[in-house]
Amino acid sequence: MKVNGENVALEKTLDLSGFLVLRGFDEKLVAVERNGEIVPRGSFADVVLKADDVLEILHFVGGG
Amino acid sequence: MADAKADDAYLERYSRNILLREIGLEGQARIRAAKVLIVGVGGLGSPAAFYLAAAGVGTLGLADGDAVELSNLQRQIVHDSGDIGRAKVVSAAEKIARLNPDVAVNLHRERLVAANAADIVAGYDFVIDATDGFESKFLINDSCVVTKTPFSHGGVMRFTGQTMTVRPGRSACYRCVFEAPPPEGSVFVCSEVGVLGAVAGMLGTIQAVEAIKIVTGVGAPLTDALLTFDALAMSFRKVPLKRNPACPVCGNHAASGKMIDGTFGKSGLKSG
Repeated sequence: MKVNGENVALEKTLDLSGFLVLRGFDEKLVAVERNGEIVPRGSFADVVLKADDVLEILHFVGGG
Repeated sequence: MADAKADDAYLERYSRNILLREIGLEGQARIRAAKVLIVGVGGLGSPAAFYLAAAGVGTLGLADGDAVELSNLQRQIVHDSGDIGRAKVVSAAEKIARLNPDVAVNLHRERLVAANAADIVAGYDFVIDATDGFESKFLINDSCVVTKTPFSHGGVMRFTGQTMTVRPGRSACYRCVFEAPPPEGSVFVCSEVGVLGAVAGMLGTIQAVEAIKIVTGVGAPLTDALLTFDALAMSFRKVPLKRNPACPVCGNHAASGKMIDGTFGKSGLKSG
């Protein structure tokens, strides 16, 4: 997979929610774009990742 | 322009803008005719206000309910040590008047809340979200979408920043990407984890560039993309985005012309 522009090997079957946990992300605090489409929040566990997926994990940045 | 002297001063003051072939006299006239609202006169709003005033934006609106504090001065460069305790909008308006008396400044000292935000942003051609806090960011997004006012989202924290420009109805909005504010207290803010002043300066300056591009029609605005940067590595990424048909404010099933109620119970817009 490509995650935020970097190659990441998908070593086992994982849903998006499990992947985020594995990578240390809090799924409440990110938005995820998968292959150009925003994944609805609350359905991360329904998305089974594929080896050729392109993910962008976007963070809330609120300061100003 | 009424007299030749004023004409000369105009040409001299804006000569470096006018020399840009993409801008020229026509573009400068557009900048002069433009009304830009800066919401939050802090770390992002300070550089944005300075650059837009210097560029000759005809009307600048400043919205902020806060007073200047000592801890602001590390990054909020429109304010100085003599301004502590003064209203940020008043402090900024004075600096703008000194920099460029051609600029008319509107002060909005009332809190922007769901009830008045749309009315305020509707008076402007472009809005810069320079606020500190997600409720404010979502409120600005929703008010701009409802009034079809283009705007620049911006956020900074520590050494990082993100920004996107939104043309409502034509490009992805903030809510297309981030559906709703994160749970309160779940995301660190600058008062907890810090922010480098110059990083806020970088981001606010990008927002000023986007405002000039939109009002002059020059170049390609930062739409349908989120620009993120990490100043520690000095790496920039532009993540392509597209409109989300399920977006609650600009998607296919959004209630047209309606703000989303209930999200902003205690919201007041301020900068940090």
